[in-house]
Amino acid sequence: MKISRGDVLRVAELAHLGLSPDEVDKYRDQLDGILTYVEKLNELDLGKVEPMAQVLYAGSGDTHPELREDILRPCDVAALVLADAPDAAKPFFRVPRVIEK
Amino acid sequence: MSAPTAWTVAGVRAALEGKKVSARELAAEFYGRIDRRNGQLNAFLTLSPERAYAQADRIDAAVARGEALPPLAGVPVAIKDVISTRDIRTTCGSKILESYVPPYDATAVERLDRAGAVFLGKTNCDEFAMGGSNENSAYGPVRNPVAPDRVPGGSSGGSAAAVAAGLAVAALGTDTGGSIRQPGAYCGVSGLMPTYGRVSRYGLVAFASSLDKIGPLAANVADTAAVMAVIAGHDANDSTSAAVPMPDYTVNLDKPLDRLRIGVPEDYFGAGLDPEVKEKVQAGVALLERLGCRRIPLQMPHTDYAIATYYIIATAEASSNLARYDGVRYGLRVPGSTLVEMYRKTRERGFGPEVKRRIMLGTYALSAGYYDAYYLRAQKVRALIARDFADAFQKVDAIVTPTSPTAAFRLGEKTSDPLQMYLSDIYTVTGSLAGVPGISVPCGKTKAGLPIGMQILAPHFNEGRVLQIASAFEKAGGSGV
Repeated sequence: MKISRGDVLRVAELAHLGLSPDEVDKYRDQLDGILTYVEKLNELDLGKVEPMAQVLYAGSGDTHPELREDILRPCDVAALVLADAPDAAKPFFRVPRVIEK
Repeated sequence: MSAPTAWTVAGVRAALEGKKVSARELAAEFYGRIDRRNGQLNAFLTLSPERAYAQADRIDAAVARGEALPPLAGVPVAIKDVISTRDIRTTCGSKILESYVPPYDATAVERLDRAGAVFLGKTNCDEFAMGGSNENSAYGPVRNPVAPDRVPGGSSGGSAAAVAAGLAVAALGTDTGGSIRQPGAYCGVSGLMPTYGRVSRYGLVAFASSLDKIGPLAANVADTAAVMAVIAGHDANDSTSAAVPMPDYTVNLDKPLDRLRIGVPEDYFGAGLDPEVKEKVQAGVALLERLGCRRIPLQMPHTDYAIATYYIIATAEASSNLARYDGVRYGLRVPGSTLVEMYRKTRERGFGPEVKRRIMLGTYALSAGYYDAYYLRAQKVRALIARDFADAFQKVDAIVTPTSPTAAFRLGEKTSDPLQMYLSDIYTVTGSLAGVPGISVPCGKTKAGLPIGMQILAPHFNEGRVLQIASAFEKAGGSGV
């Protein structure tokens, strides 16, 4: 067994995901199956392999893409963005209290 | 009753220029078709007639003034619902964004708009593009127009079904591990995954940022190329957009395939491949040989590790990207007495089972003590898979494989076992991990009449070659091999 019920609860907490008791059991079983499957990567000797950290230009040999110019552009979208917010108190997003008195 | 007109990009242009039809009439015709078929297919989640008719009227005004028309003038298109559209609801197939309306267009959408396309609406997809059957949409599955008891593939299932059913001339999809190519194969249309960085991701709602690509689906290769020519090219708004010169994708479509070296990797024709699919794709390769290609057997030794690699990297990136859905700034909010309780309740109610599963897997793979064992290891194997491709492209000009191990499966057939669903991505995730371009083109049918797809992959930034081979194949009768 790769993953316990406690592991699932810990991961759900890290991911800010509420799970029902049934979901905890279901995900434990399914994640266990998937994690067992991905163990096949352990068959490979990766001692001298560098991780692929960059995909862009991976095949072109060009590792120094040009940076764009640093120019100021207007971005006046605050009203539009706040209009779509679940609870806005301009110019802020309002959320439940974070800091106790 | 005669069959409805099979409109193409060139056909729309000729009809507009010859004043046989107006862009407005054409849009109305497509909305009529959608009205008749979408109840069954569920391909569209949102229609955008206000914007479509405004776009059509602009084209009709240009025709009336005798102006030169832009490349996609009046062409009715559909846009996958993970791509941002200004003032048009964009749900990503998720309840968490059920009423989200983006304030801007994605770059690919903006370029389609400038090219004169008419936006019919937004297409259904697996939630946040996570799935291979379209059954993970919070708004119900899409049905395959060829066989309505079967899936259209996914995650761009709505886009593929809309094109296959004649409800749009072309569509935008997105491909992270096969999500354009596999539904293209299942619905019998052509679908192109561009090179990573070729089409801007600005405005694409992120799933796995090192793998996501926007690309076109259409009923034929020429239309696929026409849309690709419009949406591709460098964009300063996407730091992973490539500053590599753009060829004209449409000029080589009639060029013969003289002596092109076609690699056929043995690893893609082994266990798990449906015999009917195998037979047709081998017949497809034989057709390419008759067209002048040379067939070269290949070994791609790390193919068998691609699924494990992909599902670690994609879920790790997803767990990070989807952290933004917390009920604070947009989308669903479920109230809680504390901030963290609000996050947890919002995400519990807003996300569906597959998205939760992937967030869990990705969070686990990135968590303290497991990063080296999973994510770092997967990034190393990804380098080996990319090297398989680089080595292969020393010997061949393109690689040809089946797109998917089977034709479209039945609705509900694979939903109970997520790992089995993941394993059916075997032939598409490799190219995704390497970042190379690939297309799926129709390559015969099963005895039951289900479309089969053949995948053509080429080196980075060689979409032109992919389209050239696919076009020659199509013109030589590839869809009926």
